[in-house]
Amino acid sequence: MSDDILRAPLIIEYPFARTLGPAQTAFFTGLREGIILGAKGAAGQVIVPPVEYDPLTGEALEELVEVGQAGEVTTWAWVAEPGDKHVLDHPFAFALIKLDGADQPLLHVVDAGDESAMSTGMRVQVRWKDEREGHINDIEAFVPEEVSA
Amino acid sequence: MAMDLKSIPALADVEPVRSTKTPLHLEYEYTAGEASSRFLRAMKDKRITGQRCPVCQKVYVPPRGACPTDGVPTTDEVELGHQGTVTTYCIVNVQFYGSVMQVPYCSALVLVDGSDIPIFGLVQDEGFSVDDVRMGLRVEAVWAPDEDLTTSLENILYWRPTGDPDADYESYKEHV
Repeated sequence: MSDDILRAPLIIEYPFARTLGPAQTAFFTGLREGIILGAKGAAGQVIVPPVEYDPLTGEALEELVEVGQAGEVTTWAWVAEPGDKHVLDHPFAFALIKLDGADQPLLHVVDAGDESAMSTGMRVQVRWKDEREGHINDIEAFVPEEVSA
Repeated sequence: MAMDLKSIPALADVEPVRSTKTPLHLEYEYTAGEASSRFLRAMKDKRITGQRCPVCQKVYVPPRGACPTDGVPTTDEVELGHQGTVTTYCIVNVQFYGSVMQVPYCSALVLVDGSDIPIFGLVQDEGFSVDDVRMGLRVEAVWAPDEDLTTSLENILYWRPTGDPDADYESYKEHV
């Protein structure tokens, strides 16, 4: 009976594109140029990626701030078996990374090689893509910070 | 004063990134089920088959194996003709992404003779203008060449006006 049942691949694709608005335009333009921007919040806190309005007061935010390209892992989850949609094809960590000068962490991936190399509080730094287009993946990954003597 | 890229020296003279692409890609394996598989195999033989509900007597095409109104299996298979009536239609004038169709074209719901559910198709013919499509228009199936026939609804390339008088609204009003 089941031999009579037809099956076929069904692939659905939507080519969505969206406009970015002033805060994300700044953030993605910065990434393309190799810098990371945040917004200065109403209480002086630095929010990365930048947002247009203060999350607590709703005030329109105007000031852009460049933050560091290294920071601290505040929490992480190891991905032992990456899926085909993940940006890395080998095991990596999703992590929240509080960049130097920022008060809130950014979600990205850490290419640490092995889970044993990961720890909360560890220092990581940006690994940029060679060809950048203004996209979150312009940051290829964060990697454990090289400690200079 | 909104956020200004020019406040960041490195970005003062560069072209801003104003949009981003967020494509969606979903991969499924579609299983047609018993009733639709039978329908699609019949399509490969240039036959249009439906199934009749033993309770309400409605003929469903393509059949799904059960009547959605009465909740009973539709075991009685019915072979339908290759002509039908346009119950409603849409003339597409916008070239949307991924479409290979030349605009304008006409998508229509065609109530195949002997059935109670219209099926989706294109209405066209050489020398036929989409401006002439109308409710009640009588059409017939134009099939793909025999060597191209497969287990797909796409075997019906399009529906061509027969030239017969339009169907009376009363004859299809229950199906609009």
